[in-house]
Amino acid sequence: MAKQYETVIGLEVHVELATKTKIFCGCSTAFGGAPNTHTCPVCTGMPGSLPVLNRQVVNYAVAVGLATNCAVTQCCKFDRKNYFYPDNPQNYQISQLYLPICRDGHVEIETAAGKKSIGIHEIHMEEDAGKLIHDEWEDCSLVDYNRSGVPLIEIVSEPDMRSAEEVIAYLEKLRMIIQYLGASDCKLNEGSMRADVNLSVREVGAEGFGTRTEMKNLNSFRAITHAIAGESERQIDLLESGQQVVQETRRWDDAKEYSYAMRSKEDAQDYRYFPDPDLVPVYISDEWIKQIRDSQPEFRKEKMERYRKEFDIPEYDIGIITDSKHMADLFEETVAICGQPKKVSNWLMGETLRLLKEKNMDPEEILFSPENLAKLIRLVDSKAVNLTVAKEVFEVMFDGNIDPEQYVEEKGLKTVSDEGALRATIGEVIASNPQSVEDYRNGKEKAIGFLVGQTMKAMKGKADPVSVNQILKELL
Amino acid sequence: MADKITDETIEYVGILAKLELSDEEREQAKKDMGKMLDYIDKLAELDTTGIEPMSHVFPVQNVFREDVVTNGDESEKTLRNAPGVKDNMFMVPKTFE
Repeated sequence: MAKQYETVIGLEVHVELATKTKIFCGCSTAFGGAPNTHTCPVCTGMPGSLPVLNRQVVNYAVAVGLATNCAVTQCCKFDRKNYFYPDNPQNYQISQLYLPICRDGHVEIETAAGKKSIGIHEIHMEEDAGKLIHDEWEDCSLVDYNRSGVPLIEIVSEPDMRSAEEVIAYLEKLRMIIQYLGASDCKLNEGSMRADVNLSVREVGAEGFGTRTEMKNLNSFRAITHAIAGESERQIDLLESGQQVVQETRRWDDAKEYSYAMRSKEDAQDYRYFPDPDLVPVYISDEWIKQIRDSQPEFRKEKMERYRKEFDIPEYDIGIITDSKHMADLFEETVAICGQPKKVSNWLMGETLRLLKEKNMDPEEILFSPENLAKLIRLVDSKAVNLTVAKEVFEVMFDGNIDPEQYVEEKGLKTVSDEGALRATIGEVIASNPQSVEDYRNGKEKAIGFLVGQTMKAMKGKADPVSVNQILKELL
Repeated sequence: MADKITDETIEYVGILAKLELSDEEREQAKKDMGKMLDYIDKLAELDTTGIEPMSHVFPVQNVFREDVVTNGDESEKTLRNAPGVKDNMFMVPKTFE
């Protein structure tokens, strides 16, 4: 009988914090600036420069730690991790090895198999590296240090996951917690959230762990899922053919759907960590922790509770809306303006989700404002536009957050409320479609649909279908 | 105390520091590093019972910056330190992983 294997996975998740400035200097962290325009002697590693810790980094790191049930290391400090690479101008990265800011946490995940707790080994603070671009024309590489010194937290899980499904559930859970805290936007495709997958396989029932590999360059949930499947299979094949798994770092190529070794154990790095003498220890008092705990936002569970009480909307809607902090904020702010939870929810659950899926976007990327969604709802309520027109306006609003009132006015999309004009058009439709009229009179109820359609077409969609129906019935 | 630094150690330290040492330099480095370690060993002679380990040479903690942008575009100054410049970036020997 063939051997049964199980996959054992632990994750190292890097998250770029949403601070305005870098971790050790007053340079901006804004994404997408011209190369090296957000740099100074500190973040380019000039001799004699002195790093000074950004207080907000500590606030965010502790907030994430508390939200993931970690113990805060009240006296923590920074260490230097030494390695040579051009994106690392100091030849060391300032990180935390000996006393990371948070330890021993866990988050609960839910998959088809049920609930499970995933342990968090530690969370530490560190600085990001610069960006290396390979020049095609000249035989050289180019370095942009704008990202050098952007604050990161690295969340190291225990090897508690057994499948890609659990990995995705864990990442989604972390992402939601961090987004709710406002500590990061966690965009995998822009690199503000990055996951390295440590994976090994072992026979089902085995006590010890197999030799693990680390996989890098996974920038979508899809890539993570494929990489896990590919790597498990590769390791099982090795074992089945009597070979050994080599401990190494592998890089996933998502286009080609395979991984290749970057560094093997032979040239494994020796980082020679030691305490950074430029940075003084950080002492986080009980009072400071309490202050951070007290300012934690309402998390999803509590939010769902409150929605059940406050808003008369289905449980399913509550689940989807609170799944994204941005969507939940949008919902509440729109309801605060227009006071119609069910209608706001309908726009989010229907058109919004449809367009997000169609355009392959995250709810966090929704552009339109609560003011504009409230205006659109008002336009429909007052019958200024019908639902079909409203949906067209919504699509434009979704793309560019336009003011729907102004747009409807400018494009002349308002429903014709002049009953005389409507009656005249209906009269013409009746006159030119004698067959349908006769069908209707002979009891074919469906025929009226065609006549409504013809009227709407003649009115270029700018009529209230209910009124059209009424007038038609009256005239027939 | 002369054999504290073995040939293997010097070889390894050389690799980590990306240095290529001649045989002479290698012998000299072995001697120098041995001396440094001897010097450090002197510390072991001290009685440190009851003394709390230091985490920093200054008795200072919690030195912070507020999260406010204070630096503007100084790329021109930054790039003056570059070995070569192209497209406002540091030009370095071709490097990949």
